[in-house]
Amino acid sequence: MELFDLPLIWAFIIGFGIIMYVLMDGFDLGVGILFPFAPNEEARDTMMNTVAPVWDGNETWLVLGGAGLLAAFPLVYSILLPALYIGVFLLLAGLIFRGVAFEFRFKARTSRYLWNWAFAGGSTVAAFAQGAVVGSYIQGFETANGVYVGNALDWLTPFTVLTGLGMLAGYALLGSTWLILKTEGRLQAWAYRITLPLLAGVLVVFGIISVWTPFVDDMVRERWFSNLSVIWILPVLTLLCAFQIFRSVRNRYEGMPFVATMGLFITTYLGLVASRWPYVVPPEYTLWDAASAYESQLFLLLGLLFVIPIVLVYTAWTYWVFRGKVRAGEGYH
Amino acid sequence: MELDPLILSRIQFAFVVSFHAIFPVFTIGLASYIAVLEGLAFKTENPVWVKLSAFWTKVFAVVFGMGVVSGIVMSFQFGTNWSNFAQASANFLGPVLSYEVVTAFFLEAAFLGVLLFGRDKVPAGLHLFAAVMVATGTFISSFWILAANSWMHTPAGFELREGVIHVTSWSDALFNPSFPYRFLHMALASFLTGGFVVAGVSAWYLLRGREVEANRKALSMCLWLLLFIAPAQAVVGDFHGLNTLEHQPMKVAAMEGNWETSRNVPLLLFAIPDQGSQSNLYEIGIPSLASMILTHEWDGEVPGLNEVPVAEQPPVAIVFWSFRVMVGLGLLMIAFAVTGLILRAGGRYYRNPWFLQGLRFMSVAPFLAVLSGWFVTEIGRAPWLVYGVMTQAESLTPSLTGAMALFTLIGYIVVYGLVFTAGLYYLMRVLYVGLEDRHDEEEHEAERPKRPFSAAHVPFEIDEGDQPRTPANQGGH
Repeated sequence: MELFDLPLIWAFIIGFGIIMYVLMDGFDLGVGILFPFAPNEEARDTMMNTVAPVWDGNETWLVLGGAGLLAAFPLVYSILLPALYIGVFLLLAGLIFRGVAFEFRFKARTSRYLWNWAFAGGSTVAAFAQGAVVGSYIQGFETANGVYVGNALDWLTPFTVLTGLGMLAGYALLGSTWLILKTEGRLQAWAYRITLPLLAGVLVVFGIISVWTPFVDDMVRERWFSNLSVIWILPVLTLLCAFQIFRSVRNRYEGMPFVATMGLFITTYLGLVASRWPYVVPPEYTLWDAASAYESQLFLLLGLLFVIPIVLVYTAWTYWVFRGKVRAGEGYH
Repeated sequence: MELDPLILSRIQFAFVVSFHAIFPVFTIGLASYIAVLEGLAFKTENPVWVKLSAFWTKVFAVVFGMGVVSGIVMSFQFGTNWSNFAQASANFLGPVLSYEVVTAFFLEAAFLGVLLFGRDKVPAGLHLFAAVMVATGTFISSFWILAANSWMHTPAGFELREGVIHVTSWSDALFNPSFPYRFLHMALASFLTGGFVVAGVSAWYLLRGREVEANRKALSMCLWLLLFIAPAQAVVGDFHGLNTLEHQPMKVAAMEGNWETSRNVPLLLFAIPDQGSQSNLYEIGIPSLASMILTHEWDGEVPGLNEVPVAEQPPVAIVFWSFRVMVGLGLLMIAFAVTGLILRAGGRYYRNPWFLQGLRFMSVAPFLAVLSGWFVTEIGRAPWLVYGVMTQAESLTPSLTGAMALFTLIGYIVVYGLVFTAGLYYLMRVLYVGLEDRHDEEEHEAERPKRPFSAAHVPFEIDEGDQPRTPANQGGH
């Protein structure tokens, strides 16, 4: 009766949702992280305007991913969320603050600086929390009989702090290359100027994480250094992307730095997936262990097959409508 | 003192959900009102309807924005604080909540933007269509949420395998025994909320002599609506109560403060239920009336709390008093609706200052009624999370400590407190500036469709130019 390997299909859907979220909310969180360092208040107006029309659509992927995870892989949901209890709270609080900052900053005059801080602080906390989630996923979780049995702060280790910082730097890089694409003049020059130092920072942190990871987990070490040598194509591709960012910033290309940064994220993500596949709650449970009932996966899949194409078309259309440069003191009307 | 993660998690969930619930219950009613206004505007081309619709759309935008922000937290709480519940019920709950997200996305993606920003940009017919679709969308959203919630009260269409719920019939599970009553009760509550808020705000404007023609029309519409809806809610509530008696008798026993299964049960007007002694103090009641209402026979037998061990009884006093607050407010609403009808002769309903003042205060009544009704149904379910299947204690995240639960409880209170103080302050600003809409031309730099609040062209701070016209300086009205 089970015609398809539904858990596998769902793994692709959720996996796709996660990378869509990281790439898309990544750059608008990145703009928030860079906010306090912007040259002036006018630049901040423009920066926020580059992401204002699309940010909530970007966050839809997180909500879809969260609900989809509960529906398709409840074990992941019910182990990761308790394990990352404090981190989840910080993530949500961060997203709430930056969400309302989008609404209020343009309405406020004398209190505008408060909303600047809400936007920058919320973005930074949310990005760091997401990086820590990735780090704790690499670390693995202490479970017994399908429930988390560790402590509230087990996730907080030097390793996860580093992955949190890595995510901050990575999102900031996505943000700066996005600004190169979407702005011009002084703001764009500033974005060009900070991109290469950010790239250097990202490479340093990613490098340390890569060297550290095999020591954090035996399974990863084994996979990297023994049976699966084809995996090494991914770090090579990552470095090629990094070089492409460097070259395109040097040559003052406008679109390529952003595209190459997305490439950097995608190859890193694939490297992570390849190192852990098919474990979704390392070191114990595979995606088949974590799957919900076949009928439930099927019931929701029918709806999503219909909706995801519409979401993608709508998203593409939104970006098309708001294409082109954003100038100071100008709205899209 | 030992911190109890169960109590703290229950407080936390109650806090987050209570906070969230007041926004959708208002936007659902308001969306339908806006759709009706748009329909009238389309048909009659009377500019008053456009003016009213434009104003209430702004209010809708702000409340909708706050509702979305406050709602994000809830779906994650199932995982953080109730992971055993999440894991056991995911086969049902996961798809249902996902469908809610998906349908809400449809609504927001396709039609909200057209409703909020499209008035002068799309044909009038399409704008009306968007308004109707947004209103429909709010009901589709609440369909999924109430299906999930009702299922927790009256679970159906499933079987347990190794402690995990497996859905055997999606239609039985979604359209579970209490769903139709709960859905109708909630839908009417939304109309009551929308109606009393619009009536209260219109009354306030009329007291100050602002935009008299439009607000008179709005008030008249609301009073007609409330005249039918408020009594209808009492009838639906009664049916809902009978359904609860059938499926959750202990909840009804707590609502009635009835400790022992017996006949000729009185309807208690006042009592202080005392769980320790399993009896009421200072009882004042109408003999046999509870039996009559619940069984439609004067000597009908009503189940009492003594049918279950004390540990399986809900906290009686909270349920008992919340129920009385809800019913009392409901009766007050009916009284105001009927008074509105009486005052119609000679147009006294928009002139009588006492009535208008009363309506002003009544604008908070539906929110209190919704919250107290929600307390009745949710606290009355205790100690069950899924009635008869899974207790709250079994549902709790095993690794959760009291300290963690307290930390996030305080955290959410602080975050919500800050964010919603700003939100409510802004909403008051929008109401204060009112229908005159002097900010329409002065588009703030780079206001962007896609942010709901952009639909309300009202700055955050008060400036001198904002003073609305008062009867003193407007002369000729």
